[in-house]
Amino acid sequence: MSSALKISGLKKTYGNTFEALKGIDFGVQPGDFMALLGPNGAGKSTTIGIISSLVNKSGGKVEVFGKDMDTQPYECKLDIGIVPQEFNFNQFEKVGNILKTQAGYFGIKPGLAEERAEKYLKLLGLWEKRDEMSRMLSGGMKRRLMIARALVHEPRLLILDEPTAGVDIELRRSMWDFLREINEQGTTIILTTHYLEEAEQLCRTIAIIDQGEIIENTDMKSLLKQLDKETFVLDVQGDLEKVKSIQGYRINLVDEHCIEVEVSKGQTLNQLFSDLSELNIEIISLRNKANRLEELFVSLVENKGAA
Amino acid sequence: MDFFSQWVAFQTIVTKEIRRFTRIWVQTLLPPAITIALYFVIFGNLIGSRIGTMNGFDYIDYIVPGLIMMSVITNSYSNVVSSFFSTKFQRSVEELMVSPVPNYVIIGGFVTGGVCRGLAVGGIVTILALGFADLKLTNIFVTLSVVLLTAAMFSLAGFINAVYAKSFDDISIVPTFVLTPLTYLGGVFYSISLLPDFWYNVSLINPIVYMVNGFRYGILGVSDVSLWVTYGMLTLFIVSLYTWAWYLLSRGIGLRQ
Repeated sequence: MSSALKISGLKKTYGNTFEALKGIDFGVQPGDFMALLGPNGAGKSTTIGIISSLVNKSGGKVEVFGKDMDTQPYECKLDIGIVPQEFNFNQFEKVGNILKTQAGYFGIKPGLAEERAEKYLKLLGLWEKRDEMSRMLSGGMKRRLMIARALVHEPRLLILDEPTAGVDIELRRSMWDFLREINEQGTTIILTTHYLEEAEQLCRTIAIIDQGEIIENTDMKSLLKQLDKETFVLDVQGDLEKVKSIQGYRINLVDEHCIEVEVSKGQTLNQLFSDLSELNIEIISLRNKANRLEELFVSLVENKGAA
Repeated sequence: MDFFSQWVAFQTIVTKEIRRFTRIWVQTLLPPAITIALYFVIFGNLIGSRIGTMNGFDYIDYIVPGLIMMSVITNSYSNVVSSFFSTKFQRSVEELMVSPVPNYVIIGGFVTGGVCRGLAVGGIVTILALGFADLKLTNIFVTLSVVLLTAAMFSLAGFINAVYAKSFDDISIVPTFVLTPLTYLGGVFYSISLLPDFWYNVSLINPIVYMVNGFRYGILGVSDVSLWVTYGMLTLFIVSLYTWAWYLLSRGIGLRQ
């Protein structure tokens, strides 16, 4: 079976000087949920721009479900739904009309376009707003409108460029549930985000791009296995001066009721707990200092920067 | 994209365009009607009655075809330039660019929208003119074909202007500094045969002269230029402008990074 997306040697140079993409390669399998991560200016949006025909590439190849974007652009576009980072719908158009117009651009007949608009507006909780001008929607509603618009032609590949930026946690989580659901129904999803917790929660594979190059492309589990240490924050009660005597762990005293402990790969928390218990130090709560993916992401990008 | 899907996409663009200019009719349909009505009153009734006849017609009857054509030209151009630039400005043009609509359908849709507004305003102006002038239709085929082709031509020109435009200033430069002078000097208010030889010959390089006279021939049966040259000019401009617009869209000039 051909890849949902296959990128080979993709290059983009802006103004003959700035090399935004230096010949990247990666693929996405049908049904996958992939995170495309990278720091600001790494090349994520340029990559998505090229896939969605909004940016001209300088070299390389893009294939969508086995079809070459250069020779079969119209067939490729039928399979792609794009949710861009910036709001890009007509602010002076009604919500319902935005979806019906987009369906029309994909050759969907008015009757079916009407049905699809209703279906996706209802799924994304916007049906009541169908007759309102789009500019009157809240930020979160505008984001959902763009997702509904991207789905109205029922693409096999959905690309979301930071869909939850600036969205409150409740809405973000409802969006996660929605994306998981459509992924389970067979839609391949590529997601860029700065919320690494989001990527870890949702995605099965990951590609990290930095300075126009792919520095990691693997499945999420394998990547997280690379994590050689984790830092935990413990809220405790007791004489914290004693914790310095605990061997094998790197412990940092944050304040009189809080410590940070670095646990290396192979070490367990059981030993730490029993050592603290022996010192009559009670553990009130425990949490990760940073998201696991975030720790890996930072170390990968820092290593790349140092290289 | 098969033919039927392309037809649906074309209808979608045209419907969207018509919905746009009818929704804001106070800005799009009313002002030209008021302006042209003032022309009828001032140039036709007040000043025109003192001018007498032109090419054997009452002055008001002579200028009506030119005034109708002037409103068609201005409105078909400004509809497309403002609508397409607005989609660029709001980035909603990306909705079209990510979709599988072929470039010729995009151009065709916007041009048809421009033609519809040009004809709508032309129709309103014609109805108003009936109150001031004695309008007859000499040749309906020439009248309709010239007005349609002219509206299409200026819609294409507006499309190209919008593709290049980077700001709202850029979409008003051509109408103000090119279109208006060419229209006023295009024989709307006078017969170019009245001009001295030099200025007569200069007028012949103004394409609007041919369109105004072609339309005037359709209504009054008189023209300062050959009808075949009118059709030739219109065809040449439409083909050239369409090719230019298609090239711009294909290369993504002004649209893609």
